Formats: sequence, structure tokens, C-alpha cells
Amino acid sequence: MSETGRLAVRKTYKLFVGGAFPRSESGRSYVVSSSKGDFLANAARASRKDARDAVVAARKAFPGWSGATPYNRGQILYRVAEMMEGRRAQFVAEVVDADGVSARKAGELVDAAVDRLVWYAGWSDKIGAIQGAANPVAGPYFNLSTAEPTGVVAVVAPPFGPLLGLVSVVAPVIVTGNTCVVVASERAPLPSITLAEVLATSDLPGGVVNILTGHTGELAPWLAGHMDVNGIDLTGCDPDLARTCEQEAAENLKRVLRPAKTDWLADPGLDRMTTFLETKTVWHPVGI
Amino acid sequence: MASSNATLRAFLYGLPGVDRVGADQRAATLGTRSIKTTAKAEAIDLAISMVDLTTLEGADTPGKVRAMCAKAVRPDPGEPSVPRVAAVCVYPDLVACAASALSGSGVKVASVATGFPSGRTSLEVKTADTALAVAAGADEIDMVIDRGAFLAGDLARVFEEIVAVKQAAGDAHLKVILETGELATYDNVRRASWLAMLAGADFIKTSTGKVSPAATPPVTLIMLEAVRDFRAATGRMVGVKAAGGIRTTKDAIKYLVLVNETAGEDWLDPAWFRIGASSLLNDLLMQRQKMATGRYAGPDYFTLD
Repeated sequence: MSETGRLAVRKTYKLFVGGAFPRSESGRSYVVSSSKGDFLANAARASRKDARDAVVAARKAFPGWSGATPYNRGQILYRVAEMMEGRRAQFVAEVVDADGVSARKAGELVDAAVDRLVWYAGWSDKIGAIQGAANPVAGPYFNLSTAEPTGVVAVVAPPFGPLLGLVSVVAPVIVTGNTCVVVASERAPLPSITLAEVLATSDLPGGVVNILTGHTGELAPWLAGHMDVNGIDLTGCDPDLARTCEQEAAENLKRVLRPAKTDWLADPGLDRMTTFLETKTVWHPVGI
Repeated sequence: MASSNATLRAFLYGLPGVDRVGADQRAATLGTRSIKTTAKAEAIDLAISMVDLTTLEGADTPGKVRAMCAKAVRPDPGEPSVPRVAAVCVYPDLVACAASALSGSGVKVASVATGFPSGRTSLEVKTADTALAVAAGADEIDMVIDRGAFLAGDLARVFEEIVAVKQAAGDAHLKVILETGELATYDNVRRASWLAMLAGADFIKTSTGKVSPAATPPVTLIMLEAVRDFRAATGRMVGVKAAGGIRTTKDAIKYLVLVNETAGEDWLDPAWFRIGASSLLNDLLMQRQKMATGRYAGPDYFTLD
């Protein structure tokens, strides 16, 4: 040990795929800087093959997650919120570094992110009542519509609001039973990896959320064109990239969400949940 | 070669021992070859043409076999340039169904026989099983060896069974399943390979697919060395079939590299190397589509079986 004290222990930031933390298959990384331009860390720079592996992991997790009871999914999201609360100081520090806001403002944003998760967790067993219906039909049938998850959803997280924005796009997708592949903010990916560490220790089955860090423009089109991805949220794409992705997504008729500019602190509404739901209608003869 | 226990034992136990670490290492090294772009496209088509599309379940129905036969002839209905597979492999009672569905298509009908998968039945039953499958229209017979007799040292019994089944099979090609997962050592794999080839096997096959581990690269490497050495010694060429546990295109290409580097280019042909698989075909088709369209393919767009 030198006289100057401890050596710095640098954290290695990796991807989050299938519940594990692999390095990028490509071996690449990129430098992440703070809002003031200081070096923060090296983050893994995912390649299209990492995206492909993440889709495989998400598809594998889908039957279990969509088959879990809504109540169970809600409990797991509450648990995630509890674990986030336990890491509050770390999240606040990362938001300060990434956005250059005051510690007080960063604290508010982290609290808002935890509250957002709790809010969506509460919807897990209620969205069915809002989206489903017993339809009146002209015949001796019970006609029931229920909402079911779309499948594997690719989510391009917003570049700003590294934690609140991320939670606000991921929670509505998974609470209804979808699994997702998230392309984290290219500019500020570190809170997303910390969130991955939270998810990995909070009963969420591996593969339900997969987080890729890297260049958005490099990853999003591959996910948009992937035939085994059922929906894509283009929140974090610039207009040119969003147009390319929409064209790619048309190939297998993905559900596409391309929202207008969002105020993350405002009431989120239901759109982010309902976009990635399919309505199943069952006709059942009366009296049998 | 005389087939008494003593002479077989003297010959088979006189074969050079297998260097276990060396075989594992060699197979692992060959598995790291990078096959890309046009070479990959060619490898995928070659692998498709080598597939023995297999269904060996208690729940097999004539309908499932007919569906599989349709897929064997045209693996991807939307893409006529995909080659047909080598053969369809079914239980003996479904041979007639497969044969009628495949007549004139060029896809062979293979049938497992001889009390597959354990082989724990009498020789009379085994030969009758074989003869019935051939009579029903099987072009190829996949027999299992008596692993119990082999492990107990009764080599002559194993030898004579293969000879008897070969005779019952007549003109049908005989593939001899060694079930390497039950043979315990690599030395035994080499001995069983030679024993089967000496008894007249047209193909030696790694496994039934019902025992784990099934086909592994090192075991296949040892069998490929055996067929190479057997041709050098006798002039007769014997094929190899790797079966069980090969599910991805990447795995399949590793086996092709193994064939090319061990036995040689002569074996890179559906007549001399086969891959027994069911789910592998869909992965090959998905990879093929990815190369053609430039976007990752999804399993929703291919048939389940």
C-alpha cells in the first residue's frame, strides 16, 4: 500500500443479458463522460450480435413472465422499487454526474423514478379491468375481451433523464407481461447498469429486462428489423433514426410507439402500457 | 477377419489408445474456426443437405410424419433454392407412411430398428424388426449395438449381431449406432467404431439421441479418424452420422470443419456425412434467411417440427 492511500477500485460496466452481466461479444467499449466533460467510466459497446443474444434471452423469458399472475408481477416491481430505494445515494450521484444537476434536484428525480415504478406496479392487476370487457353481442354468447402482452419489445431509452426516463419506458412494458431489450441512453448509460444490478437482485426472472449500452444508431435498426421482436418503442431515437426504424419495423408489422417529446415528471397516462397489449376476444356459448 | 472373441479382442485392444486431452483440445481448437459470408452460405446449404430430419417420439402420428416429409422435400416453402434434406428418420411402424409421402422426391427414408433405443431384445426380434422396416420401404436402417455385451467384453456377440442385421437389411444402407454416451471411454469409442466397420457397417453413428451426452465434437473426431484409417487400411469408405444435441447452425458448421480437417473433403457429402437432428433445420433456415435478407429471422415464420 502506498503512502497516498488506497488505489482507486474502478468499476467495469458490462451489459445485462438473460440475468447475467456479459461483456460485449465484440470486446468493444466506449468512454462515458460527465456533463462537464470529465471521464467517468468505460461502458461496454454492444454489437448487433449482443442485440441478437438479448432478443433470444427475452424470448426465452417470455412464457414464464407473461404466464405469471399479474399480482406476482406487481409484487416483483414493488420489490424492484424497494431495492432502488436502498441504492438511492448511488443513483443520486450518478444522476448528478450525468445531468449536471444539483444533488437536491437529482434526489427529486430518483424519488420520482421510484414512485413511477410503484405507480406502474399498482397497475399490474388493474390494467386487465380497464382494457378488457364483456361485450354485448347479438347471440347466445358470452363475449369477453382480455388484454394480453405483445411479446418481446425493443425499447430505445431516452438520452436525457437517464434514470427517470429509463424507468418510465421499461416499467410499462414489463408490468403487463412483455419482456424487453433496452438500448440504454448512449450519453449517460451508467444509471442503467446500476438499475440492472438492482433488477438482478430483486426476483425479476433473468431475461425479462435486458440492457444494452452502446451506440443507439448502431443497435436500434437491427432490433427494429428483427423478425422475432414484436414491438418497438422509439422514444430515444432522433427523427432520422426513428424513420429508418419505422421502415424496418414495418417488415413484420411490429407495434411501434413513437411519442412526441415527453415531460417525464408529468402523469404518464396509460398509453405506454396499452401500446404493447393485444386484445384477445373469446366467444363462449351461453348455457353450456 | 475371423470373428472369435479372442481375435477381435486382440485386434481392437491392439488399436492405439486415444489421447483424451489431445482429442478434446483438437476438437475445441477446430471449433474456433471462423466461417463467414460466402463460405458460411455454402456451409449452411451443405448442412441442410446432410440433415436426417428425425422424429422418434412415442407420440409420433402419421400426420406428423407426413408434415415432416413435406418439410424434408421443401424445407422453406417460400424459398425454392433451399436444398432438400438427406433423409427422414422415423420408427419402423411409420416407414410406410414416410415412404409414400417421399416417393420420387429423392429424400431417403431411414428407420431405426433392432429394439431402438436400448437394443435390449433378442436377435430374432432385431432381425425381424429390420426386415419389416426394409419391406415397408426403408432405404436406410439405423441399428443400435448391444452396449451391455460390448462393455462386458462379449465382442463376438456384438459383431455377429451387426452381421446378422446387415444381412436382414439386404440392400438398405446400415448405420450402426454406437451410443457413445454409454461407452464410458474414448478408447471404447475407437474400438466400437472399428468393430462396427469390420462387421460391415455402411455408416457409424454417434448416438440415439435418447442418452446424454449425445454427439460431442471429440467423439465425432475419434469416429472420423476411425473411418479415415479404415479406408487407408482396407480401401472401403464408411460414413459417419453425428446425432443428438446439434441444435444451432454454429454447432453444425463446427462439425463440418471437423469432417474436413479429420476425414477429408471426400466425406463432405450427404452420402458420407449426416447430421441427425430435428430442431437444427429451423436454425439453419433462419440463418439462411438472415444472410439473404440482412435482418434477423424469427421462429414464428417457420414450422414447429
